[in-house]
Amino acid sequence: MQLVFVQFMTGLASAASLFLVASGLSIIFGVTRIVNFAHGAFYMLGAYVAYTLTERLTGVFGFWFALLAAAAFVALLGCLLEMVLLRRIYHAPELFQLLATFGVTLMVEDLVLIIWGPEDLVGPRAPGLAGAVVMFGKRIPSYDLFLIVLGPLVLAGLWVLFHRTRWGVLVRAATLDRGMVAALGINQKWLFTGVFALGVFLAALGGALQIPRDAVNHAMDLRIIVEAFVVVVIGGLGSTTGAFVAAIIVSELNAFGILVFPKISLVLVFVVMAIVLVVRPWGLFGKMPPPAQAAIGTTVRPWRPLNRTELIIAGIVVAFVALQPLWLSDYALTVGSEILIFTLFAASLHLLMTVGGLASFGHAAYFGLGCYGAAFGVHAAGLPMVLAIFAGPVLAAFGAAIVGWFAVSLSGVYFAMLTLAFSQIVWSIAFQWVSVTGGDNGILGIWPAPFASHPSGFFWLTLAFVVPALAFLHMVIFSPFGYALRATRDSELRAEAIGIDRKRVQWIAFVVAGAAAGLGGGLFAFLKGSVFPDVMGIPTSVDGLVMVLLGGIETVLGPIAGAVVFKALSIWLISQTDYSKLILGAAIVVIVLAFPKGIVGALSDWRARFAEWRSDPRPSPGAAAMMAAAGAGGISGRFADPDDVAKKSVSGRAKP
Amino acid sequence: MTHLLEVESLAKSYAGVQAVRDVSFALDRGEILALIGPNGAGKSTCFNMLNGQIKPDAGEIRIDGVSTRGLPPRAVWRMGVGRTFQITATFGSMTVRENVQVALLSHARSLARWWGHGGAAQAAEADRLLDLVGMGSYAERAAAELAYGDLKRLELAIALANTPKLLLMDEPTAGMAPKERIGLMRLTAEIARREGIGVLFTEHDMDVVFEHADRMMVLSRGMLIAEGPPAEVRRDPEVQAIYLGEGLVYDARHQDLGAATPGAAAEEAHR
Repeated sequence: MQLVFVQFMTGLASAASLFLVASGLSIIFGVTRIVNFAHGAFYMLGAYVAYTLTERLTGVFGFWFALLAAAAFVALLGCLLEMVLLRRIYHAPELFQLLATFGVTLMVEDLVLIIWGPEDLVGPRAPGLAGAVVMFGKRIPSYDLFLIVLGPLVLAGLWVLFHRTRWGVLVRAATLDRGMVAALGINQKWLFTGVFALGVFLAALGGALQIPRDAVNHAMDLRIIVEAFVVVVIGGLGSTTGAFVAAIIVSELNAFGILVFPKISLVLVFVVMAIVLVVRPWGLFGKMPPPAQAAIGTTVRPWRPLNRTELIIAGIVVAFVALQPLWLSDYALTVGSEILIFTLFAASLHLLMTVGGLASFGHAAYFGLGCYGAAFGVHAAGLPMVLAIFAGPVLAAFGAAIVGWFAVSLSGVYFAMLTLAFSQIVWSIAFQWVSVTGGDNGILGIWPAPFASHPSGFFWLTLAFVVPALAFLHMVIFSPFGYALRATRDSELRAEAIGIDRKRVQWIAFVVAGAAAGLGGGLFAFLKGSVFPDVMGIPTSVDGLVMVLLGGIETVLGPIAGAVVFKALSIWLISQTDYSKLILGAAIVVIVLAFPKGIVGALSDWRARFAEWRSDPRPSPGAAAMMAAAGAGGISGRFADPDDVAKKSVSGRAKP
Repeated sequence: MTHLLEVESLAKSYAGVQAVRDVSFALDRGEILALIGPNGAGKSTCFNMLNGQIKPDAGEIRIDGVSTRGLPPRAVWRMGVGRTFQITATFGSMTVRENVQVALLSHARSLARWWGHGGAAQAAEADRLLDLVGMGSYAERAAAELAYGDLKRLELAIALANTPKLLLMDEPTAGMAPKERIGLMRLTAEIARREGIGVLFTEHDMDVVFEHADRMMVLSRGMLIAEGPPAEVRRDPEVQAIYLGEGLVYDARHQDLGAATPGAAAEEAHR
């Protein structure tokens, strides 16, 4: 009983920081519609800066001042980020900001390593709260009690801020209808900056408050960001009360999970999240979101399949790739095989994300299931290699069929979060079901057949699987089914009104995408000769998203270009420098700013401009774009400040 | 003989507010029926119940004698009901032609196919429909690029793709220039009479209603308060008070409505 009490109090204390971070994330999302992936990085920065400041500022006053100053300093950095980076990409497709903030996260991770070094740093105890209070015969740290009290106080403070101040009312108004707030003459720029700063301040304060409890380390950003996402989704996006309640639920689950269900402790939180999303799709305290602004798929240049010339070019490219083993080294060929596999992974995510409008944050699960499928095929069923590779997509499709059945009831961010939760569940199963999966030790000895054992043989094998699979996905995109899928993305209302069963179409797409990713996984298992749970971790899912976004989310060939560039760049950087994340992150940020439509998007823009330049200039397309911009921007566009209007009319053409 | 569309004591309430109560009417093939009423009268709710988007609390809807109870919009569409939306809903990333092709493919039950180019299927038929609504020259344009009035036209082409027997048009001419309105409804009326399609439409522009509707119904606070040929309905004092008398929309050509001056309407409302 006493142990239960102690765990309960520890859980409550942990909830405070989590609540701060999650409420900041929720507030930022509510107003700016940005899923701020860098939120965990700000949390980590808050902790590191607070550590440094508390080294110099001692005493009761110094300590508390240091915590607040650290949070304020990081909030300032947040302002800077918002003004320099995010302001330029508010009109980009929704997930683009996720990519940009992910790039920032990568950079921060390496910067922290450079500035503070790789060791865990242990901060000072809080002066005056270093002791413990005896409750029910157990010693509870005073600092924990302080945190337990702090949580509700912050919640109350936020409530006052949002309900009793002019600024707070404006923020709430902007959460409901940004366009209307702009039409009322409010300068949105500073409102957004202010909200972003507040959110970052809360995250950094959450991090700073952790230093008396936990060592500061450079992995804390990813851990907290995942938990904060979970909290926000369970609580309901945009609800601070929801974030508070959900933070307690999640923290208590973490505290008790280890005691009660040690076998499934890792998965518990995600199971709860999945249940909440299935039962209450918008979280415990969330309201049904307003129809999402068209995020993906409002391109003004409609898609078309490759024409004869382009098919010939594609054939030449494939032939050229197939000739690589003639001159590339074995190492380069192994890298080449990996890149090929990831083009398939990216293309499968693209089918779901771009064609279907369903951004999965957990696509790695199917890639991973593909790996394990192949591994089981070899070890449990004793299949020969080629058949074992096919066991990958079979297992992945099976998993996708189950997850997809639940996931397609949701859309937008909630879909993303539910897929994330399921991928974590799959990961936890692989991690904790040691007797079947080998747990952390993985499954070893998945060797390719003799004909593919040499890197060049395996490269050709990979090519022989990947090219037909890519061709198949391309065919699906332009088949009637692909049109049905795009129809559900563009307008669910219209799709249902012309006889299309949205859920069924999206579910099938989910399974197809899962199977294609699983095929990549099956190949990957044989490439590496082993399978570990990490292959289906969040970083793999994020890599997939980055590849698709980098290539150009509104393009057909984007994922292939994105996968090649991203994978080649990251593998090359890791071999060249210790600070690969810093450079990769910077590259992502630059690419986001320079090519907001991705690599392929930028290329086809140039091509279109070139074609326009060659033919006679006609005024009408411009006028049409203005019309479209006026339609998209609505009244708000016309009454907002001229700068904004100008941006909108540009965005109508360039960044729909 | 059964009517094309039979609606019997339809009712719907939202959180205690009766949006639609006890609405009954019928519609025949080739007939054009207008549903008018002030904002918030329950027109859109009626429409959404008719195509299955909203489940009615009570009442019965039959199309060719077959009940649509419990059917989702896609199943109602399969029964031969096309609809246009008050706020247009089209597939923005596709060309105008592809928008119609998707509807045609769906009608042919070909959308489950994983091979072949969807953008090449039924192109001639799509172009025929687009020409019909005067959008032929826009076929290659992205739907997201279209002006509002053109989107309305595209919606009509999509709605006609399943050779419907019943066409539901929610404010088909809103956002159009006056000339375009008359043009679009004249076209709709022509098609409807030629193909024997029953048309139910809501409209705020009384010119359009009086010119094209065979019959009209007036909805107020969720109840049908009048029904009949336009000439009759517009002389109904209750209708004049509730709707026309507000002086919102009427043309100088309909001066016989003049009886309902704003003053008279106010008096009427007081009584």
